[in-house]
Amino acid sequence: MGGLDDLYQQLILDHYRNRRGRGRIEHASSSVHEHNPMCGDECFLDILVVDDRIAEIRSDGDGCSISQAAASMLTEVVQGKRLDEALDTVEHFRLMMHGETEPDEDLLGDAIALEGVAKYPVRVKCALLSWLALRDAIAGYRETTAHGG
Amino acid sequence: MGSSATALDATARKAEFPLLATPRPDGRPLHYLDSAATSQKPQVVLDAMDAYYRETNANVHRGVYEMAAEATNRFEAGRTAAARLVNHPRDGLVLTKNATEAINLVAWAWGTRTLGAGDEILITGMEHHSNTVPWQIVATITGATVVFAPITPGGEVDMDALRGLMTERTRMVGMVHTSNVLGTINPVEEIVAMAHAAGALTLVDATQSVPHMPVDAAAIDSDFLVFTGHKMCGPTGIGCLAGRPEVLEAMEPFLGGGEMISDVTTEGSTWAEIPLKFEAGTPPIAEAVGLAAAVEYLEGIGLDRIRSHEREMCVQMLAALDEVPGLTVLGPRDPDRRGAAFSWVMDDLHPHDIAQFLDSRGICVRAGHHCAKPLMRTLGTQSTTRASAYLYTTDDDVLALRDALVECRSWFGVG
Repeated sequence: MGGLDDLYQQLILDHYRNRRGRGRIEHASSSVHEHNPMCGDECFLDILVVDDRIAEIRSDGDGCSISQAAASMLTEVVQGKRLDEALDTVEHFRLMMHGETEPDEDLLGDAIALEGVAKYPVRVKCALLSWLALRDAIAGYRETTAHGG
Repeated sequence: MGSSATALDATARKAEFPLLATPRPDGRPLHYLDSAATSQKPQVVLDAMDAYYRETNANVHRGVYEMAAEATNRFEAGRTAAARLVNHPRDGLVLTKNATEAINLVAWAWGTRTLGAGDEILITGMEHHSNTVPWQIVATITGATVVFAPITPGGEVDMDALRGLMTERTRMVGMVHTSNVLGTINPVEEIVAMAHAAGALTLVDATQSVPHMPVDAAAIDSDFLVFTGHKMCGPTGIGCLAGRPEVLEAMEPFLGGGEMISDVTTEGSTWAEIPLKFEAGTPPIAEAVGLAAAVEYLEGIGLDRIRSHEREMCVQMLAALDEVPGLTVLGPRDPDRRGAAFSWVMDDLHPHDIAQFLDSRGICVRAGHHCAKPLMRTLGTQSTTRASAYLYTTDDDVLALRDALVECRSWFGVG
């Protein structure tokens, strides 16, 4: 039973039941659509970039509690961050999911509650889905602006 | 030989599987309900493989020394047992790595050399990716088209639609015998006869049927029929292709290398007789030994008796799942038309969360798309949770599943 409580901390269940940052952005600077090959779950992620900062971020799609909570936490954590800071945060989260770093609560906010997911390799993909979507969204945004967008 | 007159004693059978009989280190119970993914292995299989390595490990079909001859005998006994189990001539029984490789063998050795633009490969809409993706690859190479036969809302192949899709362009008809997702048992004899009447060859994926019920390859009369060792109490790493000998003889090899040749010169090579023509390289020897032991174990219980037990498990499983609020079982409800793999969706609960919760109660199930994404799209879902029974599944396992599913709803706060 300990394992289940470790994995599903109250903070995770809270974000799952009361998801933050859900929806789409009509005039997004960058949008991505990712899916989890393990279960077919989909994730839509939109960002609005103003002055190299994430002015708004929203995600949509259905999935398990881990993927939904991870997306919810992501939108809170990176809101207002500079793009490079956001990428650093995503990378720190990714390393935590692979058990390769000591998680930094100041950087991750509520998402530190997902640390226990690292023990479940299949669920790591659930947690990473929206976070890696943000990485792709930023890359897509930069590619567009670099080409005179 | 077993008899359907007496029920198999699933609790006694469970005791024959070391993994199921041994208490878990953390004290959790173990309700293994994922045999559609892989079965557990009885002691007799473990012993046979261990004895092979300890007593007579040598390469096969080569050495003249006694130990090598004994290794060859034990390896070939695996082929004999597998052929006997499905009532197929042993020279038409090719040993592969798994069922997926067996299908790829047919797709590559037959498909790429035979198919062309305008030809069609017809498969059902409930195939495992193993009987979908190889054909898509072959279609890309040859210009042929893969056509999917629709399934009914009740989870069965739409036979009228299937009949309508069989034309003079149809060269191959592939069908799963028992669906790994829905549990549906398809009328393969009828489909094979329809396909032959249309002039097509046939491939039956019997991966989920051979372990669970009597399967008579001669009666089904398919040109190819595949199954795998690890779902029928045998080891991983060995699968079977039961091919019609004259079709296999007409085919070119799949993989080239040692063992599959008759002669090799600098100008070229000629091939060994079937089935060795399709068995390049050192084969899975210990695995064939384990497969023979598994077949003998299943025959000792009786496939008819295993089927009777699983039919009873179907009745109990349906009743148990019906008691869980917000749960919808997919696939046929008639226990005579289905095997003991059950997929379901639950209101407001994701399969990953369900499976994770069940694990905390010692219940092993599968969550995901079950390597059948086209079917998932037809069903209008991304993923399901699946519980599957086998000869060692007891009433207790089914009731534990029911209770945990009910508890799961309140734990996640969805009522």
